[in-house]
Amino acid sequence: MHQPKTDIGVRDFDARVGVIAIGGEITSASEEALMSAYAEANQAAPAGLILDFREMAYMNSSGIGLLVTLLIRANRQGQRIFAVGLNDHYRQIFELTRLDEAIHLCADESQARAEIG
Amino acid sequence: MGAHDEGRPVDTPAAAGEAVSPERRSEQAWARSGRHLRVGGAREGALNLNVEGRDVTGPLQGFGRLWQKTFRVPLEGVALSPGAVVDVWKREFPSFQPPGNRFYPSLTGIAPGEVVLINARTPAGTISTGVMVLYADDESFTLMTPEGHPESGWVTFSATLEDDTVVVQVQTMARANDPIYELVYRVMASRTQDRIWSHVVGALAERLGVTPRVEVTRTLVDPRVQWRRAGNIRHNAQILTVLYVLGAPFRWRRRRRA
Repeated sequence: MHQPKTDIGVRDFDARVGVIAIGGEITSASEEALMSAYAEANQAAPAGLILDFREMAYMNSSGIGLLVTLLIRANRQGQRIFAVGLNDHYRQIFELTRLDEAIHLCADESQARAEIG
Repeated sequence: MGAHDEGRPVDTPAAAGEAVSPERRSEQAWARSGRHLRVGGAREGALNLNVEGRDVTGPLQGFGRLWQKTFRVPLEGVALSPGAVVDVWKREFPSFQPPGNRFYPSLTGIAPGEVVLINARTPAGTISTGVMVLYADDESFTLMTPEGHPESGWVTFSATLEDDTVVVQVQTMARANDPIYELVYRVMASRTQDRIWSHVVGALAERLGVTPRVEVTRTLVDPRVQWRRAGNIRHNAQILTVLYVLGAPFRWRRRRRA
């Protein structure tokens, strides 16, 4: 049976920005890793959170559901979320699922950092 | 399919896909359509209202509190792979609905981007709405609601192997779509909806020869209502279907005059 491998970690965080690198396969099995990373990135209560998808190989609908849960938690703290490194396919999925109305899609990390200000 | 009686694992189409790259798997599994729904193709016996041209709506676009609910049944003693179980679920999907809930898939069936029409009986009469197949792979599929549907969000049907037992699961992540639906959900419809999903997962278990023992968990993901979405009420499929039914005599007279 196919065993999905998730690789999620915090790359950087301070009071302004937290960056979570999301790699591998994002499925329901990724919940603990994603929420742990969020808790770590949130230690300094940054104003914005950047999700870096450059190393993501696959995401199913349960993975999208995890992003919704993460978004709700972040919004509750007044944080904005930015996504970078999405390929055209996953950009289309963010648009189809209408996550793009709440997660800002940016070309790269520098643009996301500039928008966080 | 009598695979349960055969007493041996059944290979599924997933087995042939093991060498497929993650990128290709993803492209095959996700809907490639836009967010506007197109029904396409006749569905014999179905009332087709409130779907064509509507936008899909996710957990972020609804009005009410956001709930994640999970309904699970372990298929103890069933010698099928998760893929084989989901294959049955997809092929016979309408038959697992409770009486009064009629689902009309396209000829293609449960496949990414396809629209399934729904005609359901409710205490307020009939409701005509639908869902889009947002995602479908060998071991799961996800339906997403359109504007006007009672809920705004998605529901995922899946089978997984846990300690050598296949567990089938329905997991919803949704809000009531507008203030009227939210009010009705708080009074009664939430329990009705829970019974529907318990019925669906239980009916699948029974189909595979298992007496269902449904485990239910409910998590309130977001306790806040989204007042900026109160205007969703203009798409309310329940109200529009009732108005359509009430207007039938007038449409009949107009046709006779013409």
